[in-house]
Amino acid sequence: MKSSVIIFPGSNCDRDMDVALKKFGFKNQMVWHNDPKLPKSDLIVLPGGFSFGDYLRCGSIAGKSKIINSVIDFAKSGGLVLGICNGFQILTETGLLPGVLQQNRNIEFICKNIYVKVNNTDNKYFKNIKKNILELHIAHNEGSYFCSNQELKSIQDNNQIAITYCNSKGLSDHEHNPNGAIDNIAGIFNKEKNILGMMPHPERMIDKYLSGEDGSIFFENLIKNFK
Amino acid sequence: MEVNLKIAEEFGLKKEEYEKVCKLLKRTPNITELSIFSAMWNEHCSYKSSKIHLKKLNTKSKNVIQGPGENAGVVDIGDDHAIVFKIESHNHPSFIEPYQGAATGVGGIMRDVFTMGARPIANLNSIHFGSSQHKKTKNLLRGVVKGIGGYGNCIGVPTIGGQTSFDESYNGNILVNAMTVGLVKKNKIFYSKAAGINKPVIYVGSKTGRDGIHGASMASASFDERIEEKKPTVQVGDPFTEKLLMEACLELMEGKSIIAIQDMGAAGLTSSSVEMASKGKLGIELNLNKVPCREENMLPHEIMLSESQERMLIILENGKEKEAKKIFDKWNLDFEIIGKTTDTKTIEIFFNEQKVVDIPIDFLSENAPQYDRKWKKVKLPQKIKFKKNEFKSLKINDCLKKILSNPNICEKKWIWEQYDHTVMGDTIQKPGGDAGVVRVHGTNKAIAASVDSSASYCNSHPLTGGKQVVCESWRNLISVGAEPIAITNCLNFGNPEKEKNMGEFVECVEGINEASKYLEFPIVSGNVSFYNETKDKGIKPTPTIGGIGLLKEYSKIMTMDFKKIGNQVIVLGKTDGHLDQSIFAKEILGEKKGPPPEVNLFNEKNIGRTILKLYQNSYIETSHDISLGGIMVAISKMCIKGNKGIKIGKLNNLMNKFEYFFGEDQGRYIVEIKQENLTKVEDILDKNSVHYDKLGIITKDSLEIENEPKLTIDELKKYNNNWIKDYMVN
Repeated sequence: MKSSVIIFPGSNCDRDMDVALKKFGFKNQMVWHNDPKLPKSDLIVLPGGFSFGDYLRCGSIAGKSKIINSVIDFAKSGGLVLGICNGFQILTETGLLPGVLQQNRNIEFICKNIYVKVNNTDNKYFKNIKKNILELHIAHNEGSYFCSNQELKSIQDNNQIAITYCNSKGLSDHEHNPNGAIDNIAGIFNKEKNILGMMPHPERMIDKYLSGEDGSIFFENLIKNFK
Repeated sequence: MEVNLKIAEEFGLKKEEYEKVCKLLKRTPNITELSIFSAMWNEHCSYKSSKIHLKKLNTKSKNVIQGPGENAGVVDIGDDHAIVFKIESHNHPSFIEPYQGAATGVGGIMRDVFTMGARPIANLNSIHFGSSQHKKTKNLLRGVVKGIGGYGNCIGVPTIGGQTSFDESYNGNILVNAMTVGLVKKNKIFYSKAAGINKPVIYVGSKTGRDGIHGASMASASFDERIEEKKPTVQVGDPFTEKLLMEACLELMEGKSIIAIQDMGAAGLTSSSVEMASKGKLGIELNLNKVPCREENMLPHEIMLSESQERMLIILENGKEKEAKKIFDKWNLDFEIIGKTTDTKTIEIFFNEQKVVDIPIDFLSENAPQYDRKWKKVKLPQKIKFKKNEFKSLKINDCLKKILSNPNICEKKWIWEQYDHTVMGDTIQKPGGDAGVVRVHGTNKAIAASVDSSASYCNSHPLTGGKQVVCESWRNLISVGAEPIAITNCLNFGNPEKEKNMGEFVECVEGINEASKYLEFPIVSGNVSFYNETKDKGIKPTPTIGGIGLLKEYSKIMTMDFKKIGNQVIVLGKTDGHLDQSIFAKEILGEKKGPPPEVNLFNEKNIGRTILKLYQNSYIETSHDISLGGIMVAISKMCIKGNKGIKIGKLNNLMNKFEYFFGEDQGRYIVEIKQENLTKVEDILDKNSVHYDKLGIITKDSLEIENEPKLTIDELKKYNNNWIKDYMVN
């Protein structure tokens, strides 16, 4: 399985993603944002970081960069596109995913372990996943997902909510919503479910000496669904 | 503008220093030359008050590749790898503008590390604020934490450890010390020593603005009530540009085109160009019209003094300009040839085709003033005789609750959750443990790092305090199973022109040096910050020590959370019950006097070495060093982290139990041992003459001392975990 991780100036989780993808069997390559075209891939990943410093809105400049047109074409043809953290922000800026990511409720950067519940397994990312409550890690300042009521209804009706923040038992409530995201949303799909944007970083939880191992479950499952 | 004494004094030079300048030049300097002298001769750049003392430091060991004098220290960690690390202060700017001050502190120290070719793999910090009751403290704390996070998070280097304290001596002068640890291949270390004549001098990075002009001079003077007027001298950080600069420099370093490289830190272009030429015993010629500026009509002295961030000076091999420029173009950074090296041993600067500076380099470096300032020795204070009835009405549990929620003891999650501590995917011990630990990417090795300081001990007796901080650092590294390698120090003191402050400096340095020698724990880099005083009120002497150690097998890391019910808990090292200068004495008995606990270097080393022996035999399940708050605080934290309890039996000795549980005697650790290993462990301890007490047995969920009511783990958490959050939110 071939994957590509796109590097924008200011990306800083690109290497971590590369390590994770390779560990679980992807043949990964790194792609510079100014490269004219995408190499042949089964999966495109937009990694975390602070693309272009995030000095405008997070992800907005990256959302207009040269490579993005190829990413949009790839996604529209049904290719898998995964955006983590800043990558999620970029995906909303390109319009590939609905809604926006606002500053965290407590107006502070948050770096900690959280739990998410998988809401939809009818897609390549979560089909047959071993556990439906995963312990993952977040590290962001603008991770509070927001959209209009109309959009929310639409993403609910289309089963686009991928994962929601919860406690270790799967209870999603205000207390276990780290950033104030609407309906505890931590990640969403597009209508076709080939594009996934999520705030948590599975690539930081890929062996037992790190903050945890549930990221491994995510990647193992992902590559299995490709085969 | 005609230069005279008055202007020279405004630029921070003393009368006799200005006279020396005129005498050396045999003429009056012009304004640009005066600026250069004032920048190179100020305390921050010249170390004029500290140099004669720093020369005595223990800076060598078999692992040291580069000691003090470079951008950062370098130590060998085996295989092809070396670690580059340093700690630096950014105190004055952080008090004036906490966000930018702290942010650029982090940016500056990271530049020092990647300048040497190392990719930063961990950041740490030591931050000290005034009393929690002081009106400025909350805002300063919030701003500093946001600034540290804002910079480090954006660059993508994990912040893996730190230390936060509150003390009224910092009311008017907070401390922000930032440390960076970087990883480099041994054959790819870059230095700042220029070599060769007619080599191009290249400016890369951000454009030069008027920010930070006189920043280094500001850091070399005391504060007064007009402090707010100094805001414009604080630099503004741009972590995004620094990230690009770091990637571009590391990319360029993969080739062989760099002769020397130096970041533009304090005193910007002045100190970087002078230092590079001085180290290479060369001259340097600069054309200031070539310097990329972001403001119009900048004057030569403004360009030379600007402390705009994220800039570097590189001396390149001839003919490599094009290939180097390509890399900086890719990262969208300025790249300008602004001069060349010469054989004149002089710095010559041109502006609008006129020579505006002509100073022999020696005048700026070797001829810089050096002072052997007067200093006063501090006598060991008399030990306090605590009376029995002072303890009569006290209950152990009540004291513990109060101490656990003391600002200097409480859990600091509110702070470190604002720092990205897991990016780079190699953090195997997060903040909150004895030392932060990151893996050496792609290997079985890991680096442990810790920052420590003990201002109360140093204030009471600087010599003992200096020794103690080094020992504390050593203990924190041992506690995670790391072999201590080397330290960096950030020496934060008051006004060196005052005998008392100078004495504190001299004796702390002596203490640090003594411990460093004895423990074979050399000092490889550091920084001195004097004039930490406002309106004549100085801070407590606060040397901060950043230590690093090596774990050969990261999978064998030791942590401080209790592991298994039924296991034996042992205190290693002798408990004498020293309460003077302890948190208990201050918080519970209201006694601030008395000497700090004694430091016995022989015991320190012996116990540390013995623990590593036990560790290598896999006999230790859990370990934690005993520091502030004594046994009781250490045990509480081990219970909280492991979500387990402990049953502590009757004390064997007749000591006052408050002294036993809250005394801060040095050189002690608490370890958890499996029952089946106990005899073997006791054997090793006896053989190595290590004193130990069996403290208790691990239980399910409460801390229980014989004849005292139980405390549940949830109660311990409640007292330990909430103070800072409640303080910041309310």
